[in-house]
Amino acid sequence: MTGASREAFDRRVDSALGDPVLQEVISSGQDYMQALQEQAKAELDWPAWLDAVEAVRSHTIAHLDFYAAQFADNVERLGGRVCFAADAAEAREYVAALVKRKGAKLVVKSKSMVSEEIGLNRALEEAGAEVVETDLGELIVQLAGERPFHIVAPAAHKSLAQIRDLFSTMAGEELAADAGVLTTFARHVLREKFLTADIGISGCNFGVAATGTVVLVTNEGNGRMTTTLPQTHVVVMGVERLVPDLQSLEPILAVLPWAGAGERITAYVTAITGPRRPGDGDGPEELHVVLVDNGRSSILGSKYEKILHCIRCGACLDACPVYRKIGGHAYDCAYPGPIGAVLSPLLDGLERHPELPFASSLCGACSEVCSARIPLADYLLELRADAVAAGGGSASWTAGFRGFAEATRRPRAWALGERVAKVALRPFERHGSVRWGPGLLGLWTRSRDFPPWARRSFRELWRSRRPSGS
Amino acid sequence: MSVRASLMVTCLGDALFPRVGVAAVRVLEALGVRVDFPRAQTCCGQPAFNSGYRDDARRAARAYLRAFAGSEHVVSISGSCAAMVRDKYPALFEGRPEAHEARALAARTFELSEFLVDVLRVDDLPVTRHARATLHHSCHTRRTLGVVEQPERLLGMVEGLQYVPLPRAQDCCGFGGTFAVTMPVISTAMVDEKVDHILGTGADLVVGLDMSCLMNIEGRLRRRGSALEVRHLAEVLAQGWAR
Repeated sequence: MTGASREAFDRRVDSALGDPVLQEVISSGQDYMQALQEQAKAELDWPAWLDAVEAVRSHTIAHLDFYAAQFADNVERLGGRVCFAADAAEAREYVAALVKRKGAKLVVKSKSMVSEEIGLNRALEEAGAEVVETDLGELIVQLAGERPFHIVAPAAHKSLAQIRDLFSTMAGEELAADAGVLTTFARHVLREKFLTADIGISGCNFGVAATGTVVLVTNEGNGRMTTTLPQTHVVVMGVERLVPDLQSLEPILAVLPWAGAGERITAYVTAITGPRRPGDGDGPEELHVVLVDNGRSSILGSKYEKILHCIRCGACLDACPVYRKIGGHAYDCAYPGPIGAVLSPLLDGLERHPELPFASSLCGACSEVCSARIPLADYLLELRADAVAAGGGSASWTAGFRGFAEATRRPRAWALGERVAKVALRPFERHGSVRWGPGLLGLWTRSRDFPPWARRSFRELWRSRRPSGS
Repeated sequence: MSVRASLMVTCLGDALFPRVGVAAVRVLEALGVRVDFPRAQTCCGQPAFNSGYRDDARRAARAYLRAFAGSEHVVSISGSCAAMVRDKYPALFEGRPEAHEARALAARTFELSEFLVDVLRVDDLPVTRHARATLHHSCHTRRTLGVVEQPERLLGMVEGLQYVPLPRAQDCCGFGGTFAVTMPVISTAMVDEKVDHILGTGADLVVGLDMSCLMNIEGRLRRRGSALEVRHLAEVLAQGWAR
């Protein structure tokens, strides 16, 4: 964990920790979400609902080939078109080709994490279209030229003043730092975009295999505008975001709003079944569904399969004490927080994110709150083991743990090691503590005192008290 | 027919905090437990396991299995090390000759406060300590072992002790084993918030169940110039025990 990647990670961490406004925004956001999630657990029989979510997700993922095929067949039967994209490039190329074919000048998007994962916006801009994010939070990060900070609340890190500045630049005039003024401005601008866009791109919270329905769980109404006003609607979704039938949605729709936004239900739950039919009052003429694999099928059947159970509620980010300090951008991937620390190395390769599995104190808060009961902390441990097995451990740690393991089997050698350490530490002890030390010890003493080594270890004390041994 | 228990003193406890092991022995013996100390014990292997070195962790764990082979109960002064044995050993040896032994050791391993409350059924203690105390629930004690109420109940039995709950008690102190030195900047930011909450309670004593977390918290308190007393629960009980 040295080299350019680690240095860049450390810089991102330093930049988050050095920003007092950001620190305040993250922790107050977490406090707010945690209080609401506690309320949910008081109102609902939470463990029972999680049992139901887990049952649906594990069944679906265990039979994903069947449900993906059924979903695709039903979308096509309804008149939609389906693209199975093996990787990010195939997905980008499909949508970019569509933009070119339609001669599209303007593309509006409602929130989609997968489009962030595959880098869709840039590909569409290169294909000649203007791309406008219409989720308020996504619009803010787009204007700022940043990635989403949080998977549910993309602009959770922005203060009102920062949003005012971004919108003022867009407006070409100074707007008031008032939430009402700023949302009214965004609404006005976006309304024009919805009415003139050639293509609308949405994500998909869940696809219903039995009916070919695309279900969106949103709060702002932009999802419905995006999916009904433009002539062409493109759904970009992970191939695992499926449920067998409409009934299976019930536990997910009960849990997701609470876990993700602290709400009993979101303002809109939209179910889109096929493109516009004769006699329909509105809706797109064309519906395209891009099912993105991009590494997901290689997770199927592996020890990490449960990561595909994720319902993208973001509760792990709201619970994580590391995210609380470093925020979403330090992770430098489409999916930040604990889910990202596991998912990103699995999708992009461990070599692309070598520090992420180690950027955790393994406290287990993520596993505890996970709506899909994914053992996130255990997965971080598995990824660490994979990294070491792939030769990713440094020479000094590898040698150190080898020596450690040998010594654990030899209590006398262990006790001798303790005495050596005691003597070695003594020169650094001042007034009963160590305030500076070399090497690894120095990484501790940089910010913390280290306790003095005991004059006699417990095993020595025990021997002197009990002459018989044990 | 007295209860027998083997003390798991842990590597940190042996070298840096033998006073906590001594206190635990004193408390257990005062409650009529016959305590032994298997001298072949060294470290449970968690540092290697958490760093991804599975084979080295397994070697250490194998030595632990042997060290505690004859124990009736194993009582640990660290929730995290007890959690390693209880939660990780069975998986570490799955499909291996030691699988049964690992599951059996997991089943008879306890964190100290858990052993006192759940096994010994302690509901009254002849302990006095005049202090305003807060408690740090260590993550592995709380989440992996599910030990939350036990230490609070024990503190509630201490005459003269005023218990002040810690705000955001569920948050990690930032120790995380090797995390403290591999990600020292993040670790420090985490312990700083923990220390802020502790100081905010106005407590004059911080109690914990795991010396690794307490070492982190105390180390940061001292560096910030605070002399606030930091103690393992075993020490609080042993020191205040009526003689």
